[in-house]
Amino acid sequence: MSDQITIRNAVPTDLNVVISLDSVGTEKEKPAYWKDVFDRYLNAGNSDRIILVAETSEDVVGFIVGEVRAWEFGSPPCGWVFALGVSTKTREIGIGHLLFKELCLRLKQAGVTSVRTMIARKQKLVLSFFRSQGLRTGPYIELEKQLD
Amino acid sequence: MKLQKASLFALYAVLELASDPERQLSATDIADNYGISTHHLAKILRTLVRSGLVQAVRGAGGGYRFAGSVNRTTLLDVIDLFETLDSEIENPNLGNQAGRPIMEELQSISNEIGDLTKAILDTITLETALNSSRQQN
Repeated sequence: MSDQITIRNAVPTDLNVVISLDSVGTEKEKPAYWKDVFDRYLNAGNSDRIILVAETSEDVVGFIVGEVRAWEFGSPPCGWVFALGVSTKTREIGIGHLLFKELCLRLKQAGVTSVRTMIARKQKLVLSFFRSQGLRTGPYIELEKQLD
Repeated sequence: MKLQKASLFALYAVLELASDPERQLSATDIADNYGISTHHLAKILRTLVRSGLVQAVRGAGGGYRFAGSVNRTTLLDVIDLFETLDSEIENPNLGNQAGRPIMEELQSISNEIGDLTKAILDTITLETALNSSRQQN
């Protein structure tokens, strides 16, 4: 079925379906957040900011969002993936792989040589997906503390 | 992290068999491929059969065949059959000693390392490990 999937740039009318697909993973809809992302990413006209959707002949069934991000502490810019969603009805047929592959291609065209993401340890499914795409523990350690 | 031999040999066996689920291999075939003891591996294969990850095929030309799910089974699933990846620091006890805060801090750091190790092993499926190993060759 992945032969029938088209990967394309998102357009403003994809907003609602992206909100809906994202809510499957996060268990709550974040319309204001996604409206802001769409405004900043689609209107920027900037190849460093990428929202892609996967589409069948009928529906948008997946999305991925990434950008070229500059980093502090001496790290050169790299690709950063910060959202990915695939409809539960169309999983395990390679849609996530197609989205990620196209995003990596775009990031490479934008001039970076690596891609990075950060996922909660309890998100086993998402972690396993990115592992399957070849990502490994990188040279950075995420640190945090509770604010008193 | 130092895996027990049983866990490591089990990973060898499961990954070897999962690389071609249609293929049957004897304990000797697998042991020879990895330079390990057939006797030790045979015991490990019995545990793997009981778990359902591996199927024993009896009769002439028999052997072992992978029977699990290559894209659902993680490395930790296999290791868990043989050991619990506990923290490597074993404080004698956490009684009322003056050194208790330091002992607790070292235990906490050790737990942090252990949790990270488990999170990594629990998100690498057999399929991912096999694909990575094929790309290295």
